Amino acid sequence: MLSIQNLHKQFGNLVVLDGIDLNVEKGKVIVVIGPSGSGKTTLLRCLNVLETPTKGNVSINQTDLNFEEKVSKKDIQTLRKQTGMVFQTYNLFPHMTALQNVIEGPVTVQKVNKEKAKEKGIQLLEKVGLGDKIDYYPHQLSGGQQQRVGIARALAIDPEVMLFDEPTSALDPELVGEVLRVMKELAHEGMTMVVVTHEMSFAKEVADEVLFMDQGQVIERGHPDHIFTTPKEERTRQFLNLLSE
Amino acid sequence: MFLLNNMLYSAVFDADRYIDIAQSSFLPLLKGALFYSIPMTLISFVIGIILAITTALFRISGVKLLSGIARVYISIIRGTPLLVQLFIIFFGLTSVGIKLDPFPAAIIGFSLNTGAYASEIIRAAILSIPKGQWEASQSIGMSYGQSLKRIILPQATRVSIPPLSNSFISLVKDTSLASTILVAEMFRKAQEIVANTYEPLLLYTEAAFIYWMICFLLSLVQDQIENKLNRYVS
Ligand SMILES: Nc1ncnc2c1ncn2[C@@H]1O[C@H](COP(=O)(O)OP(=O)(O)OP(=O)(O)O)[C@@H](O)[C@H]1O
Ligand SMILES: [Mg+2]
Repeated sequence: MLSIQNLHKQFGNLVVLDGIDLNVEKGKVIVVIGPSGSGKTTLLRCLNVLETPTKGNVSINQTDLNFEEKVSKKDIQTLRKQTGMVFQTYNLFPHMTALQNVIEGPVTVQKVNKEKAKEKGIQLLEKVGLGDKIDYYPHQLSGGQQQRVGIARALAIDPEVMLFDEPTSALDPELVGEVLRVMKELAHEGMTMVVVTHEMSFAKEVADEVLFMDQGQVIERGHPDHIFTTPKEERTRQFLNLLSE
Repeated sequence: MFLLNNMLYSAVFDADRYIDIAQSSFLPLLKGALFYSIPMTLISFVIGIILAITTALFRISGVKLLSGIARVYISIIRGTPLLVQLFIIFFGLTSVGIKLDPFPAAIIGFSLNTGAYASEIIRAAILSIPKGQWEASQSIGMSYGQSLKRIILPQATRVSIPPLSNSFISLVKDTSLASTILVAEMFRKAQEIVANTYEPLLLYTEAAFIYWMICFLLSLVQDQIENKLNRYVS
């Protein structure tokens, strides 16, 4: 359903992604791990063209973008409508309430009737455990609550794939659990997800495949049981050792 | 004795005369403010803000031609005195057959001026909005225009209200320059009355007082707006 072929990204002379291939079937959860600067964020951002790849293909369902050619704004838009992005720093719209944040995509982009969008928005906020906070502004919410609004906002556009970029790394430790719980629930419901995270519990519980990236390449990939217990590559082993220290 | 009497007499006479002139001049001055200074400010500011937003969007568009036009415009307006601009528009343009009435000429001058200065304020405000806001709006499928309208400009407005209020208050005072191109605004009224009464201190102080009152009221309005817009930030 989601597939990336030979994806390259360069910033000037700096090669950040160096030929990434990935196939994600519907309902699968992919966890991406790797050291800082290995290109995890860039990979996610290339998936919805917040960053334009230098070379390669990204396709989701029928939308196939080939970055050797000039891609049209329309295709980028179509791709984005099929991906929900959850940011490390939430990036909620500060001038809108939780509910307004959530219905912004449906109402402004998809032209859904406002009342209908609200109904669904409230359902989504209830789903992430914030049914009692729909009229709160982001600054009135804790980090964990803000991130859950962020998840609801991304879900509101009915994406085919959810992309998470270290969604819990900016949170105080006691708030990580509530966000992970929502993400696990999504995974169990069959949402297709690509998640950059170093939360091993999450990866072990719901990941179908773990990708270990270093220096813009996928060094090793496989089922979490294999990657975490019997990694083949020395670099993977070193990295996992660092994590568990 | 005689001398003292005379001085007292003239002092008393002066006080009466002062009150008289002050009273009879207040209404004309106020009219000058209400019919010219204030409308001139309001109209110029509205046009100026529209110009400013357009110019700011040109500047950040990334299109060389547009940002070039914006740069030249801003550079010329900021690099020349407002008084000289007004003279060119009102007196200068007559030489090429463009004869403008004082009031529209003043409006054009003040609008162009506000447009240039305010565009820099608005541009800075837009650039101050974190990149993550653009990305979040794009990630839910918004186009550039939608992001700008729904997400960026509302936040940029909040940032730019205090400096724009300053521009507005400056504009109120700058309209006094329109007296030099024959607009019958408050300060010109004051000059006319001075010509008849020879009381410059009284009349100019009176005019200053009215300017001050207008600006004082405006600063109260500014506080109101800022309070309202600050609702969503802690
Ligand atoms: N816009 C940019 N311009 C230039 N270089 C960039 C840009 N964005 C990222 N990079 C560089 O690309 C490399 C990969 O960055 P990326 O953010 O993808 O890494 P990451 O794996 O997400 O790291 P982290 O774990 O720290 O989030 C880094 O060396 C970074 O400095
Ligand atoms: Mg990152």
